[in-house]
Amino acid sequence: MNPTTQSRVAMIFKLAVLAGVIAFPVFGSAFYTEMVAKVLVLAIFAMSLDLLVGFTGLVSLGHAAYFGIAAYAVALATPKYDPANLWVVFPLAVLAAALAAFFIGLFVLRTKGIYFIMVTLAFAQMAYYIFHDTPLGGGSDGIYVNFKPDATIAGWTPFDLNEPLQLYYIVVLALVAVFAFLSLVLRSPFGRVLVGIRSNEHRMQSLGYATFRYKLAAFTLAGALAGVAGFLYAVLFGFVTPEYLSWHQSGNVLMMVILGGMGNLGGAVLGAFAFIGLQELFSDWTKHWQLLMGGVIVAAVLFMPGGLSALPRRILKVVNGERGNG
Amino acid sequence: MDFTTFLIQILNALQYGLLLFLVASGLTLVFGIMGIINLAHGSFYMIGAYLAFALTSMTGNLMLSIALGIPLAFAFGALLEWLLFAHLYKRDHLEQVLLTYGLILIFEELRSITMGDDVHGVDIPAMFSASIPLSDTLSYPVYRILISVVCLALAGGLWWLMQRTRLGMMIRAGSHDRDMVQSLGIDINLLYRTVFALGVALAALAGMLAAPISSVYPGMGGSVLIISFVIVVIGGIGSVWGALLAALLIGFADTFGKVLVPDLAGLVVYLVMAAVLLWRPEGIFRKG
Amino acid sequence: MAEADTVIQMAGAAPVTGEAMLVAERLTRRFGGLAANQDVCLTLERGKLHALLGPNGAGKSTCINMLSGDLPPSEGRILLGGKDITGLGAAQRSRIGIGRSYQRTNIFPQFSVLENCRLAAQSRNPRPWKLFTDAMHLFDTLERARAAILEAGLGGREERIAGTMSHGEQRQLEIAMVLATDARVLLLDEPLAGMGSDESAQMVELLRGLKENRAILLVEHDMDAVFAVADTITVMVNGVVLESGPPEQIRNSADVQTAYLGDGHV
Repeated sequence: MNPTTQSRVAMIFKLAVLAGVIAFPVFGSAFYTEMVAKVLVLAIFAMSLDLLVGFTGLVSLGHAAYFGIAAYAVALATPKYDPANLWVVFPLAVLAAALAAFFIGLFVLRTKGIYFIMVTLAFAQMAYYIFHDTPLGGGSDGIYVNFKPDATIAGWTPFDLNEPLQLYYIVVLALVAVFAFLSLVLRSPFGRVLVGIRSNEHRMQSLGYATFRYKLAAFTLAGALAGVAGFLYAVLFGFVTPEYLSWHQSGNVLMMVILGGMGNLGGAVLGAFAFIGLQELFSDWTKHWQLLMGGVIVAAVLFMPGGLSALPRRILKVVNGERGNG
Repeated sequence: MDFTTFLIQILNALQYGLLLFLVASGLTLVFGIMGIINLAHGSFYMIGAYLAFALTSMTGNLMLSIALGIPLAFAFGALLEWLLFAHLYKRDHLEQVLLTYGLILIFEELRSITMGDDVHGVDIPAMFSASIPLSDTLSYPVYRILISVVCLALAGGLWWLMQRTRLGMMIRAGSHDRDMVQSLGIDINLLYRTVFALGVALAALAGMLAAPISSVYPGMGGSVLIISFVIVVIGGIGSVWGALLAALLIGFADTFGKVLVPDLAGLVVYLVMAAVLLWRPEGIFRKG
Repeated sequence: MAEADTVIQMAGAAPVTGEAMLVAERLTRRFGGLAANQDVCLTLERGKLHALLGPNGAGKSTCINMLSGDLPPSEGRILLGGKDITGLGAAQRSRIGIGRSYQRTNIFPQFSVLENCRLAAQSRNPRPWKLFTDAMHLFDTLERARAAILEAGLGGREERIAGTMSHGEQRQLEIAMVLATDARVLLLDEPLAGMGSDESAQMVELLRGLKENRAILLVEHDMDAVFAVADTITVMVNGVVLESGPPEQIRNSADVQTAYLGDGHV
C-alpha cells in the first residue's frame, strides 16, 4: 500500500470515528454518552501532551498539573449561588494553566533527559500539595463546581451546558477544534522546528535556532491545551479534587500518548479510547483491574514498540509477507 | 523552640535524611550506571515494609525479619532484572518510564491482593524499644538512633564498596563504557544484575527499617519515590556522595518545614529543588 | 621526540593579503591542567580556504569548537568583521553568518534532503508566529534550500530520506545545510571523513567551488585534498601552532615534516 493510499485510509478511519462519535448519543444511553464525553476530553488532554512528548521530544511526567489548575480555576471562579459566565471563566482557566506552564517551564526546561522527567514530576507534585494542603482548594476533599458555566453573551444564549446533549456536542466540537489547531500548528514553521528539536536539538542550535524559546513556547501551549481539557472535565463532572493533579493522572495521560503511538495526533485520541476502554473492561472483571492494566502496559512496551497506531502498519507488513521490525 | 526540642528535630531530620539516602542511593546507582529510569523504585521500599510486616507477624522478631528480608529482596531484584530490566538497556527513556509505571500498578495490586489495603503497624523489637531521656519531659527513641546508625554504616559500606573493592571499580568502570568493560573480560550482564539487585535491596531495607515508625500502608511507595527523584536531581545522577548530601538537605528541609510552616510542609522540599535548579540544573555533583 | 620538542615554538600567523572575515586571537582552552589549545591565532579571509592540519590530539577539534561556539575559550578573542563575538553561543554565531559542519554526520536522518535544508534555511527568517501557515509555503525559504542543495551537488535527490543515503551523500548534505543558512564563514570539520577516492574527488571540486565570496576553515586529514584546495595551511601540534603559511611553505618545511608528516610522505 503506497503512502498516499495509506493516508487516505487513515483519513477515512478518522472520519468514520468522528461520525460514530457524533452519532453516538442517538444510540447510546445517557450513562455511556457521558463516558464517551469523558474519553473525548481525555483525548484532548492526550493530544496536548503528544505535542510535547511525540513532537518536541519533551517527556513530561507532570502534565496533570495544568489540567488540574484549569479545573480548579473553574471551580474557584464559580460563585456560590450563580453560574459563572463561560466567556469569562473559560479563558481564565486556560490562561491560568498557560501561565503555570510558562513559569514551571522556565525552571524545568533548564534540564534535559532523565532530569527533565523527574523535575516535571516534582513540580506537578508541588502544585498537588498546594491544592491538597492549603485552604485554597478545599483540601483533599475537593470542591464543587456549583453551577455549570452560563454561555450567555450580549443577551443571547447559544447553548445550555446543563443539557447533557448540548454539552456532549460542545465537547466534540472542542476535540475537533483542538485536533485541527494542532494539525495546523505542527505543519507550520514553528511546528517544524519542534520536530527538528526532537530529531536533533544540537543541530538545530548550530543552525541558529534559539531552541529554549521554542521549547518554552511548546510547553506553554501544551499546558494551555491541557487547560482546555481540564476546564471541560470540571464542567462535565462538576467536581474537582487534588487528584486531578496527581502523578497517577500524569502517568495515565502519558500512557495514553505512548500506547496510542507518539508523534501522531490520531494516535493520542486512539490511546485515550484504548486506555479508558481497557480500564472499563478490566474493572468489570475484577476490582484489581490495575494488575491487568499494568500487565498490558508492560507487554506493550516489550512487544509493541510504536504503540497502537503503528499496529496497522505492522499488520500490513505481516500480511504482505515482509519481515523485519515494525 | 527550646534546645531539647531543637535537638529532637535535628535527630529526626538526620534519621529521615539517612533513610531517604538508602532509597535514593539505589536509584542513583541504577540511573548512573545503567542509564535506566525506574519509576517502580518506590515500590521496592513498600515491598520491604510489607515484607517486614509479614515476616515479623510470623517470626515475632523484626531483626530476624530484616535478616531474612535482605537476601530475599536481593534475589527478587536479580530476578526482576533478568526478566524485565535487562530488556530496557537499549530502549529510550520513554519506554522505560512506561514499563516501570506498569510495574508500579502491578506491584500495588499484588500487594493489595496478598496483604490487603489496611494500614499496619510493626512493633519495635523489645531491645530497642527504650528511649533516651534528653530532658525532664522529653526523650528520644533508641530505635530511631539505631536507624541512623545503620544507615550511616551502610553509607560507609557503600563508599568502601565503590572505592576500595574490585566490584566497585567494575561498577564505576561499567558506567562509562559498556563495551570496553566487556572486552576486559568482565561479565557486564552479571555486573548490571548485581547493581540492580543491590539497589532493590537498599530500598527494601529502608522500608523494613522504617516500618515501625512510619507504619505500613498503601501508597507509601509513591511518596518516597518522588522525594527520591528530588534527591537524585539535587545530588546529581550517579553520585552516591551527592545523594547523601541531598538526602540530608531534604531531611532537614522537610523536618524543620513541618515544624516551622506546617501548612506548607509538603512544598518545602520542592522549593529547595527549584532553588537548586536555578543554580545548578544538573545537580550539585553531576557525574560526567 | 625530544628534538621536535625543542623545535616547536609558537609560530605567528601567516600574512593576511585579503579581507579578513574571522580572526582568532590567542585562543586558549584548558581542561583541568591540560592546555588543549594554547595561543592559537588564525585568520580566515574572504574567497580563501584555510586548512587546519595536525596529528590526532593536536587540538584541531577544540579549535574549531571554539570558533563555532560549541566550546568557550579559556582565553583569547574571536572577531568577526572586527567585532568581538567571543561571548556568543553557537546559535547566535550561526545567525551572524558562521556555519559549521560536523565530523560525525549531524543531520536529521528521518527527514528528506529537502526538509533538512529547508529547516536550515528557515533559520534565517523563522517567522514562528505564523502558526497557520504551511511551512512548505514559505517560498523564499524553499528557494534558498533548493539553491543550497544544487550547490552541494545533490540536485535531483531532494525527496530522498537523509538516513537512507550513502555516507558520501550525507557528507554532501552536511555541507548543503550549512550553505542553506547563507553562511559567509564556513567551518568544515573533516568533510571527507570516511569517503572513497571518487567521492573525495567530487567533494574537493565542491570545496573549490565554495570559496567564492566565503571564508572557509577546513579541518582535514586527507593531504591530497588539502594541498589541492588550500590557500593557507596552519599546522598544529600538541595544542600550539607549529607553522602557518602557503602550501608550498608547509610542504617544504622541515619542522612540519618531522613533527607531523613522517618520512617521505608529501
